[in-house]
This record gives sequence, C-alpha cells and structure tokens, in this order.
Amino acid sequence: MTNLVEIRNLRVQAKTDADRTVDIIRDVSFDIAEGEIVALIGESGSGKTTIALTLMGHTRPGCRISGGSVLLGGRDMAALPQKALARLRGTEVAYVPQSAAAAFNPAQTIMDQVIEIVRIHGLMSTEAARAKALSLFRALALPDPDGIGARYPHQVSGGQLQRLSAAMALIGDPRLVIFDEPTTALDVTTQIEVLRAFKSVMKTGGLTGVYVSHDLAVVAQIADRIVVLKGGEVQEIGTTAQILEHPAHPYTQQLVAAFKPATRSKTVAVDTVKRQPLLEVRTLSAGYGPIQPNGRPLAMAVNAVDITLEHGQNLGIIGESGCGKSTLARAIAGILPPTDGHILLDGRELAPSARNRQREDLRKLQIVFQFADAALNPSKSIDDILARPLGFYHSMSKRDRDQRIDQLLDMVHLPRTVKFRRPSELSGGQKQRINLARALAADPKVILCDEITSALDTVVAAAIIDLLKELQRELGLSYIFISHDLSVVQAICDEIAVMYAGEKIEQIEPAAFGAAGGHPYSRLLHSSVPQLNPCWLDALEQDPELVNAFSKR
Amino acid sequence: MARFALSPRRLGYRFNAVGMIGLSVIVFWATVAVFAPLLIPYPIGDIVDYDYFGPMSAQFLLGTDYLGRDMLSRILMGARYTVGISLAAVALACFSGVALGMSAAVAGGWFDAILSRFLDALNSIPSKLFGLVVVAAVGSSMPVLVLTLAVIYTPGSYRFARALAVNINSMDFVTVARARGEKTLYLIGSEILPNILGPVLADLGLRFVFIVLLLSGLSFLGLGVQPPNADWGALVRENIGGLPFGAPAVMVPSLAIASLTISVNMLIDNLPVKIRDRSNG
Amino acid sequence: MNRHVLMLVVNRLIIAVITLLIVSFTVFAATEMLPGDVAQILLGQAATAEAVAGLRTAMHLDDPAIVRFARWLAGLASGDLGTSYANNLPIADLIGPRFLSSMKLAAATAVFSVPIALFLGITAAILRGTLFDRVVTAVTIGVISVPEFMVATSAVLIFAVYLQWLPALAFANEVHSFGELLRVFAMPVITLSFVISAQMIRMTRAAVIETLNTPYIEMALLKGASRRRIVLKHALPNALGPIVNAVALSLSYLLGGVIIVETIFNYPGIAKLMVDAVATRDLPLIQTCSMVFCLGYLLLITIADIIAILSNPRLR
Repeated sequence: MTNLVEIRNLRVQAKTDADRTVDIIRDVSFDIAEGEIVALIGESGSGKTTIALTLMGHTRPGCRISGGSVLLGGRDMAALPQKALARLRGTEVAYVPQSAAAAFNPAQTIMDQVIEIVRIHGLMSTEAARAKALSLFRALALPDPDGIGARYPHQVSGGQLQRLSAAMALIGDPRLVIFDEPTTALDVTTQIEVLRAFKSVMKTGGLTGVYVSHDLAVVAQIADRIVVLKGGEVQEIGTTAQILEHPAHPYTQQLVAAFKPATRSKTVAVDTVKRQPLLEVRTLSAGYGPIQPNGRPLAMAVNAVDITLEHGQNLGIIGESGCGKSTLARAIAGILPPTDGHILLDGRELAPSARNRQREDLRKLQIVFQFADAALNPSKSIDDILARPLGFYHSMSKRDRDQRIDQLLDMVHLPRTVKFRRPSELSGGQKQRINLARALAADPKVILCDEITSALDTVVAAAIIDLLKELQRELGLSYIFISHDLSVVQAICDEIAVMYAGEKIEQIEPAAFGAAGGHPYSRLLHSSVPQLNPCWLDALEQDPELVNAFSKR
Repeated sequence: MARFALSPRRLGYRFNAVGMIGLSVIVFWATVAVFAPLLIPYPIGDIVDYDYFGPMSAQFLLGTDYLGRDMLSRILMGARYTVGISLAAVALACFSGVALGMSAAVAGGWFDAILSRFLDALNSIPSKLFGLVVVAAVGSSMPVLVLTLAVIYTPGSYRFARALAVNINSMDFVTVARARGEKTLYLIGSEILPNILGPVLADLGLRFVFIVLLLSGLSFLGLGVQPPNADWGALVRENIGGLPFGAPAVMVPSLAIASLTISVNMLIDNLPVKIRDRSNG
Repeated sequence: MNRHVLMLVVNRLIIAVITLLIVSFTVFAATEMLPGDVAQILLGQAATAEAVAGLRTAMHLDDPAIVRFARWLAGLASGDLGTSYANNLPIADLIGPRFLSSMKLAAATAVFSVPIALFLGITAAILRGTLFDRVVTAVTIGVISVPEFMVATSAVLIFAVYLQWLPALAFANEVHSFGELLRVFAMPVITLSFVISAQMIRMTRAAVIETLNTPYIEMALLKGASRRRIVLKHALPNALGPIVNAVALSLSYLLGGVIIVETIFNYPGIAKLMVDAVATRDLPLIQTCSMVFCLGYLLLITIADIIAILSNPRLR
C-alpha cells in the first residue's frame, strides 16, 4: 500500500502572552496509507487538532508551522502558498469540525453550504451537486433527506448537523477526510448513529481518514491505527488491536487502564436495623421561567422525583443532556428552589431556598460542580477560598484555619504550597481537588457531585474517582453522583437512578443496569456506551423502535 | 526613566511604549493641575501684552488671548478646572454606577427591572442636551457641573458594571457561595467586585474622556465654567474671535484637551498586561 | 416574520414609548427648576402684584406640577407645541423651518459619511493588523477623543483661513445656487461627517471582525473559499445586522454634534434655536426642542435595536 500522507519532523510554534514562542508540536512523524483510518488520540493540549489542521496547511491564529514537512499525495502542505492550498482544500482534503452547530453559517441554507465546495472549485453542475448531496444524506442515514437541505442550521438537531458536516466534507470526493472530535458534543445514544454513518461512508468509499478524539472507545470502533499523543509529542503508534490489548508505552497503559474502572458492588450496611435515611427527596419538581397561572414555572425540568440516600451509600443519577439531572442537584442544594415536594436531611425538612435554610443544614449538604475552573473565584488565593467555609460554618480562629487548610490539602493529595497560588495557576484536576477540599471544609454528610469528572481528561478523572472513594472510607461521606457517563457512575455508586425527560424512570443496582428486566431506556443507554472492543459497534444491535422512542438523534 | 520602564516587567507585567507615553502625559497634566499656581509665569487675570491674539514668542510661549493675557498661564490654570471637575464627576458617576449595577445584578427581580428601565431612559437623552437643559435651569457653578456630569454618565457606568456583574453572578463560584448561605453584601464585595475591577477601571478611563469632552463642549457653549475662571473649553470660546487670524489662543486649548483625552485612550488600549506564561511552570 | 419576532419588536416599541414618557417627565422636571417666576419675567420688574397673579392664573402656573405636566404632554400629542415666552409666536412656526434646515444638514452628512465610513470600516476589518488598519484605527481614536469644536475650528483653519476655499460661516437662508449651497454646507457637513464617521468606522470594524472570528469562517477557509468569497458570502451577510445597527447608532451622535456645529458655524438649525432659547430662558421653546431631540435620538436607537432583532437569522 502506498502512503497518502507522510508527516516528517513536524514542528508548530505558538506565541505566548509574553511574546515568547514555544513549540506546541515537537518532531511529530507518521504515515497514513491509502484507504486507512488513523486516529490521533490524546488529552486536551496534546496537539491532536493542531496536527490534523496542518494536513490542510492551516494553523490557528498565533500558530505557525516552523519545521518539517506534511506530504499529502506528494505535495508539501507546509510549504504551499495560500492560493495552492485553497485549490486542494475541499477537493483533496476535507474537514469535519468538532462543533458542526458553530461551523455552519447561520445565514445560509444547509444545501447551499453542503454544495459550496463544488461551487468554489467548479467540480460539477449545481444540479449534479444537489443530486450527489441527496445521495450522501441517504448514505448518512439522515431523516427527510429531500427536505433537510432547504432548512437553516438552527432548525436541525446537533446529531444531524454533525452528519451534514460530513456530507459537506465528502461532496468534493476528497482523498483524505479529517474528523475533529465529531461526536464529542453528542449524547451517547446519538453518537452511535453518527459513528455508524461515518464508518459506513468511509468504508464503502474506501476513503482515507484522520480521526481526532480523546475517547479511546470511540476510536477503537473506527480506526485502523492509533497515534497516541501527549504534550505535542508522539508517545506510541500502533494498530488499534495492539494499542488496546498490548499498550507498550506507560502513558498508553495509563489511558487504557483509566477506561476500565471496576464496577462497585453494593456495600452491605453493617447493622441490619432499618435506619433513618440520610437524605430523602419526595415528589420534587423544579423548573425555569416565569410562574404560570397553574403555579408551576414555564419550563418544568424535574417532575415529581423521589430519591433516597442511606448513610454511607452513594447514589448515582444518570441521564442524557436535558434530562433534568443537574436541575435536580440544584433544587436539592436550594440554588433553584423547587416548586413542589419535600427535602429531608437527617429527618429535618429543608426550606426550598438555600437563603432560608439553617446554617447547620447548609453545612451538612455541599455541592461540587462540573467546571472546576468556573467554581473557583479567580481573584482569590486557594488559602482564602478554603478559609471562608471554615470561618463561615465553624467560626474558626486564624490559627485553627491555617492548620485545617493544611489537613484539607493533605486529604485531597495536593502539596500544601498550593495555598499561596491562585486558581489560574493550577491544572484542571488540581482545581477540582480544591473544589472537593472546599466542600470537605464544611465537614458535610452529603456531597452532591454534579458531573465533576466530565470536563476532565480520562486519566485525571479516574484519579478523582479514586480520591472520592478514599475520602468516603475515611470520613464516612455519602455522595449523590450525577453524570452522563455510565462507567463512572458504575464505578462509585451503590444504586443508580435513571432520569429521562425530567422524570426518574427507575432505580437499580449497578450490576443490574441494562439487564433484560430493566426499563427499555436504561437498556438503550447501557448498550450505547462505547466499549474498548473494536468489534463492539459492528456487533451492536439496537431495537430501532427503542432508538426512535428515546434518542434525540 | 529606564528603571521605571523595567520595573513592570520585573513584577510580571508587560507594558508597551504607547501605554507608557499615554501614562506620562496623564501624569504631566495631573501634576500641572496640582501645582498650577506655582508654575504660571504671569497672574492669569493680568493683561500683559498691548497686542491681543499675540503670536507665540519667547516672552509669551503660547501667545496672548483676546485681552492680551498670557495663554500659557491660562492653560496651566485651566488644567485645574478641566482635570479637577472631570475627575470628581467621573469618580462620582462610576462609584454610583458600579454600586447600583452590582446590586441590581445580585438582587435581580423588580429592583433590577425598574432601575434598569429608569437609567436606560435617562441614557436616551443626548448628553449635551441634558447638560444644556440642566445647567440652563439651575445655573452654572462648580458643584452643579460636577453633579450634572456625574448624573449624565451614571447610566452608562451602571449598564457596563451590571453587564459584567451579571456575567460573574452566573459563575459557579458565586453559586457555591450562595449555596453556602452567604449574604448579598458578601457576594457583592467579596465575590463580584474583585473580578470586575479591571474592566471597571478601564471604563472609568473611557468615561473620563467623555466627561472631559462634554465639559469642554458645555464650556464652549458658555454653560460650563464661568468667567473669570476658565477651563480649556471656555478658553476656546473666549478666543474664538481669533480663528480667522489663526491665533494660537484658539488652537492651543483644543490641543491641550486632545493631548489629555488621546493619552487616556492610549493608556486604556495598552494597559500593562500580566504575563501569563503557563508553559513556563 | 414569525410571531416570536413580532412579539420582540412590539416589546421593543413599548419600551420606547415608556422611555419617551420618562424622558418627557425628566425634561419637564428639569425646566421646572429654572429660577425665577415666569409671570414676573414676562411682565417685567415694573408689573404690579395683581397683574403677575392674574397672569399666573391665566397660564395655570398655580396648578400642581403633575397637572401642568399632563396638560403639556396632551398638548404635545395633539400638535399644540405651545407659545414662546420670548416673542409670543407659536412654537410650531418657530421650529418648522429650523427643523427643516437641521434635517438638510443631517441628511447631507449621512449621505456623505455613511458610504465612506462603511468602506473604511469593512476594509480595515478585512485587512486587520495591516498598516492600513492601524492608520484607520489611530485616526478614528484621535477624532473620537477630541471635542467637536476642535474638529470644527481645525476645518475652518484649514479650509477657510489657510486654503481660503470656503467661507467660515454658514447662512442657509441666503442660498441661491448649487455652488453656494455647497459652500454653505461644506464646513458643517465636513465637521459632522468627521465626528460620526469615526464612530461608525469603529463600530463597523468591530462588527465585521467579530464575524470573521467565528468557526464558520474558518470552515469556509478550509473548504478552499477565496478571501473574496469568505467576505462576501459568509462574513458580510452575517455582519449586516450589526453594521446597520452601528450606522443607526452613529447617526444618533449627529444630535450631540449638531449642537456644537450649528453654534460655531451660526447655522440656523433647531440646535441653534435651542441654545438661543436657553440664553433667553424661553421655557416652552426649550421643552419642545428637547423633546424633538430626544424623539429623534430615541427613534434612531429603537430602529437600531429592531434591526438587530430582525437581522438575527436564528429568529427567521
């Protein structure tokens, strides 16, 4: 097989705030054979998108290719002038962006944008282009292929736009297609459809592809070979099977290991006497918008949900975007006062709004958010951030606070010196540890964890999960763990509540999740989570009616 | 000077030449405003030249005005009025605007709605017109000028601060503080204010420019600083008769205003930037 | 236009009306603060106390302020603009011709400055970072940072004093030919154009740059689109709303600028009329002129807002 792409000693430079240049891509070399799909995998900042864009001769503002060559069909994309690059873009190499919603021009119809490459390069008549677009829409399994082109981007769902952006890339019959995290923004049940569509058009057309992703399980379904990147350097290159089964590089081993967390078995309460539950939520409803004449808000996000959390146990709440799981957490914490229902903590009823709750009740129930960054005040030092709850809940003296802050930092495995730093000087994982430490400073009984690992890289997220388990053993905490990620919830929770469209549809043990007797939606969700098995997608059979009923596509 | 130029970098800040020039001119005019009585070569009321609209000369560096008074002395003293009144007005406007803006953002509800609507309405009166009507109504004096200018620019400052505060207010760290049970005053002072301070200061600079321009405009119309005192705008008005002769007395006060306002703009657009070089550590 | 957009527009119009009410109250209240008894001023120092009291009753000056406000507002709405104190002429007659000549000035300025400003603003955005862009940016900051009277006096110095192309003062009522018209209008129009073009260039440039920074522009680049195609097909259609919005907002600066420009060039427009009214403390005239200005200003910013709503393709 001949190589379509040969990247040799690629270097990309970026300018920093201080006008210094740094290499963000260092000495990267790899080949892509004709008809092969190669995945670039790595965490945020690994340079995977930057490398993919150099294949089109493009760098983002502030960056430039400073060395090496990027040969595409014998032409060096790193050295060609803009005019020559423009001729190759769309015809030789095409791009499928991460967020199709942002990459479509809101002022043009979808069809105009899908066939724009044909117009730019004068490849065929408009009629022929439209016909070809329709056949691509069908191949990508888009609903209403004849009518969808006349719509504007905001009238189409995210999963459909993602497939339409693939049609936009394929219209010019490129030899190489670059997929830049094309399913990252989608829900798992939607992701399946999109992945299937991509895979089938690539395989039937015998196309060469570059698939950029942070998700090893997704990549396993579509790629022939995998390039593992970290900090702008290649760590390991190998076939998909080799990388998954026999990772050679320690970093790859870490990545693979982080994907296989063990499922937690239900911890049996030591005393068999039926105790009072720690947290009880009864028929809780909450929503947004102005209150309607019927006394409920305009848009209900949570409808009559009951949940119960026992001492020392963890409850997972799982569901896809928009199912109301985060709203539930906010309602329990009193941030968004529920319109209906009761919340009992240790047998005491809590006021709907945090504003009216007793300080002691507030102390026992803490919340940690998804975006570690946004949850820390950037203008305060870590010291100040941790000192506040100590003074607020425990009225501690300065000396006691200092001591306690050191203890808290030890508990979350951060060096004591970080207390002199500001949040912006910490990494994502470190910030999330500070958020945990701040919650721990209150000596809580329950911590509401709202997608706390979702914005983190896999390896970092796995470490946070381990930390949560360790803290639970030492402090006897209980967690309500909210996530869209089934494997994470299974790893830490004793029971899982499944939410769909604002309602809790069932509550089951992790081991029983997705089993035959369960709710159809739980089964669909369970079967949609990609697995580290290259054959998973091909072997997967989902009931189309089930998919139609629950997936937003 | 070299030491001064180096020190920001040592503190972890980058400050470019344009910004430094802007800052120097501002410092220059501020010094002049403070020490004007010590600096003027002639008493400002004295007619020192037989000729009126005299040209620039060694004796009268900036020429003489329509009565034959020394322009340099009048410009130096004028700095006191222009800089002083504008500074007082901008401080007042930004203080009330920012305080109200943050309160509205945190409190929300009807307080926010009514205040926003009212201040937006106030903003829909062209600023010169507002100044014209008010000053005409209650007469022109220093306190009236300061208050009027402050009232005119409070809605803008409010709008700006509110928009920033609304953004910060929706951040998770404020939500965390709320869920902790913190009271409104703590939220405003400790969580929001420190995070909007930078942009608010830049906005203060910009608003200072607007106020200088409006004050000069009012004085030019004869509604600002009243004779025998004169700010830079009033100096242009007094000497407008010299325009057909191209007398320096007409253009020099304008140039003084321009040097001040352009410098403030230069400084704002080139503020010292904190060097954030994460790749280093 | 769908229901949702219609609702937004109607909502915006209602806000404009409420704002106008608040503004008119403010204008009324401010002029109420004018020192001195109007009846006394009208009759002069020699008038007897009875005569003053009689006039006060006749003018309803003893009624509560809120009643007089309502009466004044009702008068405005029915087209009765009141009578000038200074010369007892109906205000409508005083304002009419002055308003027309101010509108001529504004129209000439708009025709002259809008195309130039749009061209400079858009090209500066496209050529961002080049010498051209930096020069345009520096000049616009300069013009915005100086008082209008400085632009005016500089224009006089350059065109009338040194070059002697144009007369320094304008008298719009003595125009007999097109050439004269040009000469009379030139100086005020040049001054005003400078002031509002600077605003417009800045806003247009910002609007286009914001559009050029979107992911769909990068996408067009990666489709192989030429620079020309990217600008004409992708950037400008999306920047159109913000640009028109910027034009409307910039034109509202005309109102502030016109006060200075009409005064300095002695141009017989409505702003000059108002400045003169302030000098003679002609209360009804000041009120009416203020309302005309506020109405114009409000009209422009409301149009700007409505255009911003209509131009959002997501609402189509």
